[in-house]
Amino acid sequence: MENLNNQQIIETLQNTFGENTIYGIGESHGILQITTHVDNIVPMMHFLYADPVLKFQFLTDLAGIHFPEAKGQELGVVYHLHSLENNVRLWIKAYAPIEAPNFPTITGLYASANWMEREAFDFYGIIFEGHPNLVRILNVDDMDYHPMRKEYPLEDATRHDKIDEMFGR
Amino acid sequence: MVESPPGLEGQGFFATSLDSLVGLARANSLWPLPFATSCCGIEFMSTMASHYDIGRFGAERLSFSARQADVLMVMGTIAKKMAPVLKQVYLQMAEPRWVLSVGACACSGGIFDTYSVLQGIDRIIPVDVYVPGCPPRPEQILDGFMQIQELAKKESTRRRNMPEYKALLASYGIE
Amino acid sequence: MSEIALVNSPNVGLDKTQKGGPYVNDLSTLNLGPTHPATHGIFQNILTMDGETIIDAEQTVGYIHRAFEKIAERRPFYQITTLTDRMNYCSSPINNMGWHLTVEKLLGIEVPKRAQYIRVIMMELARLADHIVCNSILAVDTGALTGFLYVYQWREHIYEIYEELCGARLTTNMGRFGGMERDLSKVAIEKINVLLAGLPKGLKEFEGMVMRNRIFMDRTQNVGAISAERALNYGFTGPNLRAAGVDYDVRSLNPYSSYEDFEFDVPVGTKGDTYDRFLVREEEMWQSLRIIQQAMDNLPEGPYHADAPHYYLPPKQEVYKNMEALIYHFKIVMGEIDAPVGEVYQSVEGGNGELGFYLVSDGGRTPYRLKFRRPGFIYYQAFPEMIKGSSLSDAIVTMSSMNVIAGELDT
Repeated sequence: MENLNNQQIIETLQNTFGENTIYGIGESHGILQITTHVDNIVPMMHFLYADPVLKFQFLTDLAGIHFPEAKGQELGVVYHLHSLENNVRLWIKAYAPIEAPNFPTITGLYASANWMEREAFDFYGIIFEGHPNLVRILNVDDMDYHPMRKEYPLEDATRHDKIDEMFGR
Repeated sequence: MVESPPGLEGQGFFATSLDSLVGLARANSLWPLPFATSCCGIEFMSTMASHYDIGRFGAERLSFSARQADVLMVMGTIAKKMAPVLKQVYLQMAEPRWVLSVGACACSGGIFDTYSVLQGIDRIIPVDVYVPGCPPRPEQILDGFMQIQELAKKESTRRRNMPEYKALLASYGIE
Repeated sequence: MSEIALVNSPNVGLDKTQKGGPYVNDLSTLNLGPTHPATHGIFQNILTMDGETIIDAEQTVGYIHRAFEKIAERRPFYQITTLTDRMNYCSSPINNMGWHLTVEKLLGIEVPKRAQYIRVIMMELARLADHIVCNSILAVDTGALTGFLYVYQWREHIYEIYEELCGARLTTNMGRFGGMERDLSKVAIEKINVLLAGLPKGLKEFEGMVMRNRIFMDRTQNVGAISAERALNYGFTGPNLRAAGVDYDVRSLNPYSSYEDFEFDVPVGTKGDTYDRFLVREEEMWQSLRIIQQAMDNLPEGPYHADAPHYYLPPKQEVYKNMEALIYHFKIVMGEIDAPVGEVYQSVEGGNGELGFYLVSDGGRTPYRLKFRRPGFIYYQAFPEMIKGSSLSDAIVTMSSMNVIAGELDT
């Protein structure tokens, strides 16, 4: 099995999807990371899954992230893909504005994305269109805010005995 | 061997008060309800195993049914999502009942001063003995259990009818 | 509390009069609630059952959500090690080492060989501890309590070895960035040798009681099976995936911390049922013993930590005498040392599978974003599919064999 290198992956993707759909190419300790537009995620993932050479058929992780300073691209999702046969990892990133954080769901392709997307929704409020059951998963159901966003504090705002003065905050 | 309570002894008989006899019996056969949620639960499993045997103290039979349990051992972090479940389990327990709060998370929220963790179970149910630690060693859990045994020995058999106890439960909103 | 609520749900398409009785075709709902003797950890399953057969399961998790990822954004890097302890708390050293490897990758610290070998020994001991819990509790769930009591003694031995190295039994906070906090003392080496001599006999005794036991085999064979394709699609990793037939082990595919120096086999099952998962974990314990033996035989001499004064606390005698050491000590403890900007992903083979850490650093003293890739959270989604059509006792046994640990499920 010849080793697949990152340059091959970039070239294959650029040939299939066009050069301007893939921007922000980087490498982090050997792992290729590409940034793309929200609409390209599903076709790209299907392509990567079905391609006989690339074979990215394992979704390792799906992480939400919040950049309050990046106007128009505040909420993002980082998809960690892994090609087990070639032993190559790939990160696909996409961003959406905070007023309309709509991402397509990939539960049709990877069953493991179900709860991962629910977790991203719970923590960041990212809406995954087409998800079978997009409700909160880890927090209480009647929570009205998305706690991992940068503007919310860690502590419980309603606590009454741990005063900030005593704890030096 | 268990120490006998103060009483009058003679040839073939032993006279003592009913309270101390009932206390003796209760203390040495407490059936715990292990409400194990996280890491302290694994230390409890070690306490239950043969090295730090909790069966020596009469707690051999773990009861997961709240009606049949005497001691509610809350071991581990209680999140706000879990708090109503804990309260319901406590309400389902029949008198006499004691609560042992094992671990820093159950006592006061522990290292998790966050929006999702209940900062101590004594916000929702009355607690008898607190065992601090993260996680406490099995010897500490046994020490806490022995303190519950002391409470069970010394308490009056009709604690449930006493006004202080009723006031305590009322302060938690429990009838 | 498991409550049985007989819900007279509207008929699901079958004529009531056909089978002769008004209650024959009604489905019941069983709440395998958050507190249940057989669910190890608190998560809820609301089962829809037709008599004894499970038709569907609806899961609720999050009963122990402690917001680790939000806490991690507040703490300097070395304080996050204590959080990682409490994820998979049956095998804390693996989580600790995984976190250290992640930060060392970001900071670019090279860990000396001796420290790497000690880390491997500790991680394999943790794997032994985790698998002992899983397998013995699986036996307990089928009714065999004796195996649990016998084999748990060896877990106490493993705890004593942890105590020699880091002072704690369960939430170990073991190791530092750049290596370990102290070397293996003579007492620790003696205890490891005692374990290596005694645990094989203990494991054989446990296996003799359970592995070829007719009742255990009948309870666990062909129960909760999952095929390799479905397992990969559900993101399974670790013993659950290997039982289904895929030989994906992070230690052999992406070796870290000198795992490439050791010779070990990766056990793989065939059917992906509960019995296979039990056997895979059992065999992994033997392989872990093999790795520890090799590490002890070939333990290299040398320093037990890297020369990284910016990140590794200097020895206390130096701090009292030397100005530079004092300054480094102050800066490290007060969290004044900034990390480089970057993103890094490091995964280790945890007790349950690929435990990954995705760290985004913006150059400050705390992470900007830290995501834990917890194997338990990801493969537990497959549980309803694995128990459809089986009985309640089979569901309990399947859940035990998957080794879902609530701390890992909910972070």
